[in-house]
Amino acid sequence: MKPSGNILFCGVGGQGILLASEITAFALLESGYDAKKSEVHGMAQRGGSVVAHLRFGDKVYSPLIDPGKADFSVAFETMEAVRYLPFLNKNSKVIVNMHHIAPPAVATGKMTYPDDILSELTKRKIATYRMNGFDIAKAVGEIRAANIALVGALSTFLPVTDEVFLEVLKKRIPRKLDENIAAFMQGRKVTQ
Amino acid sequence: MTQVSSENMQWLSGNEAIARAAWEAGVTVASGYPGTPSTEILENLSKYNDVYTEWAPNEKVGLEVGLGASFAGARVLVTMKHVGLNVAADPLFTASYTGVRGGIVIINADDPEMHSSQNEQDNRNYAFAAKLPMLEPSDPAEARLMLKKAFEISEQFDTPVILRTTTRVAHVKGMVETGERQLGPIPVEIVKIPEKFVMLPGNARIRRKVIAERQEKLANFVESYEGNRIEWGDKKRGFITGGISYLYVKEAFPDASVLKIGSTWPLPFDMIRDFASQVEELIVVEELDPFLETHIKAHGIPCIGKEKIPAIGELNSFIIKKALGEDTGEIYAPVEIPPRPPNMCPGCPHRGLFYSLSKYDVFISGDIGCYTLGFLPPLSAMDSCICMGASIGVAHGMEKALGENGKGKTVAVIGDSTFLHSGITGLTNMVYNKSASTVIILDNRITAMTGHQPNPASGSTLMGEPANSIAFEELCRALGVKHIRTVNPHEIDTCIKVLKEEIERPEPSVIIARAPCVLIPEERKRKKTPLTSSLDKCTGCTACIRIGCPAISWVPITPEEGVKLGKKKKQKGYSRISEDLCNGCGQCRTLCKFDAIAEAEGK
Repeated sequence: MKPSGNILFCGVGGQGILLASEITAFALLESGYDAKKSEVHGMAQRGGSVVAHLRFGDKVYSPLIDPGKADFSVAFETMEAVRYLPFLNKNSKVIVNMHHIAPPAVATGKMTYPDDILSELTKRKIATYRMNGFDIAKAVGEIRAANIALVGALSTFLPVTDEVFLEVLKKRIPRKLDENIAAFMQGRKVTQ
Repeated sequence: MTQVSSENMQWLSGNEAIARAAWEAGVTVASGYPGTPSTEILENLSKYNDVYTEWAPNEKVGLEVGLGASFAGARVLVTMKHVGLNVAADPLFTASYTGVRGGIVIINADDPEMHSSQNEQDNRNYAFAAKLPMLEPSDPAEARLMLKKAFEISEQFDTPVILRTTTRVAHVKGMVETGERQLGPIPVEIVKIPEKFVMLPGNARIRRKVIAERQEKLANFVESYEGNRIEWGDKKRGFITGGISYLYVKEAFPDASVLKIGSTWPLPFDMIRDFASQVEELIVVEELDPFLETHIKAHGIPCIGKEKIPAIGELNSFIIKKALGEDTGEIYAPVEIPPRPPNMCPGCPHRGLFYSLSKYDVFISGDIGCYTLGFLPPLSAMDSCICMGASIGVAHGMEKALGENGKGKTVAVIGDSTFLHSGITGLTNMVYNKSASTVIILDNRITAMTGHQPNPASGSTLMGEPANSIAFEELCRALGVKHIRTVNPHEIDTCIKVLKEEIERPEPSVIIARAPCVLIPEERKRKKTPLTSSLDKCTGCTACIRIGCPAISWVPITPEEGVKLGKKKKQKGYSRISEDLCNGCGQCRTLCKFDAIAEAEGK
């Protein structure tokens, strides 16, 4: 039997979460896995907290990850890594983009962005991989490639070869392919 | 190895699979109104050749268009969200009487958990009430198969068919087998069959008996329909379930016996009775109402249902296991962090209008769209929101109840698409019955919340053709409104002034706040100059912060830091504009009394 897994992608609407989850899904499908992905559209997208569930295995029934069952979480915004804590367990691996986007209550000065919010993960001994997707994106010369850098970091944990991932990137990234591939490879270094 | 997007296997969402299936089934006419989670069906179908697709102004019109096309013999798809079927309920119930010529399928997308809706009504009840067959797929692949079957059922049994999805079918992606297009069997021509199409009482009474006969035939048909099937396993527990709940049950109890219901109405009662007799404990798992449970019990079959399975919100396999007393292990409790609700975009024209409106002590009845977010702090400028078009009737009714005290106290806020959907009749009533309320039409040229669909005021169609653009000024004048003002909502000073004049006016008036949504393609392409705030000049007065723009954030400082920055001791912080997010709408600049906001240099 093939391994199975649950990947949670979370962040803020507009961060490229859907494309990142789509690329990951294609890589798994190309590697012979069944997969299902659940997204949220409509009102929930307007700058709000956004989450996508991706599940893979021999045969996937439910499109939703149960609480406590996420093997991986990819957080595009730092605080969002903690919002979905109930989906994690002590063996989860969390990839966190060290990028702060102030939610309305913080932007208007009513609340403050919590200091050292990731201690909520580390004090529970959850493996946490910090990276700065935007620094990588800037370095490779394509500011929109931060999401692909995060996929790169995730990719080292998945039963997918990097050749397959690169094939998928070639097929699915319409512009600045070389920069995206560079971002992907840089992202891999975070977790290798 | 699975081939992604090979000849006949594609990775599709439920909505994409439905569009594909409609094309394969030979649909030639499709209509509907956008609504999450149904919108992407027509958007995708419009990309296929040989299908006429359109956005109707509302769901009732969409279904009526569908009926006309069906009477002509075409295969027809009509799409809407759950609350849209309320709007289309009038033609729906009588379409059950007329039946069809070409097959017609109504896609009804429910939204349990209310991800993007004002209620979570369970529209399976409509199938029972309107005496119409309803099918429910569990995933995208099954949605395709069921839709194609639904067209056959529609023509074979002379009935509209409802295909019900929920958010976790519509917006879930999975692998879908695809096939070729095959046209429907009915010739497309004018055929006059008055005894079938003219529902006067004399004809309708006869058709009522036809419905009864049809229901009997359908009840027999579903006993052997392949969408209903038993998957035998351990017979200690038998589950009856359908739609998305089937997948949650399979995930939670892979070894249990399951009767999967594909035809939610009518139900295969012989199959259910047989299944019930062979399992020790019969459990019905369904989201929302006890629909299956109620009808199964009414047929004298005892079962466990809503006394254990929650009737509110979405289910998942965790909830089902927990409800049935299974061990689900320890789960981390949520950590309290600042909430992140959705917000209007930077540069959204609605923000300027709501900010202006928040200056007045009035009851603001709101409506359905992006602008419903005007309710959230810091704007907090909405006092009611019911359904599409309700804002105008609510404002009028409140004013009538308040009598003289209500003059100048009620304002309705409604978007362009929502006004055309069902606001015109409300405004007609206001004029006719002598209201003094003010109606604000937020005209951003597009149906924004659902993802930028054109509407009858946008100047283009779903198929990308140029079209008439309704002039709201002329429309309102024709309805009898004498005071019509048009403002640019980004110009806050003007908005505040015009609002005052029209709110105080003891007659109905309409303010059209017109500026395009920042996300429509033309606006995205337009070169914009972002603004920046001067740290030297900012006094920390928070005037710009109070419009709640995502591009502006408050940076708190300590008194020591303040002194270092050359600020007065009492200044608690300053505002910072993100040049990456700002699109230069200038609303905040109007509000700054210290000239601290200016165009960013070198941009």
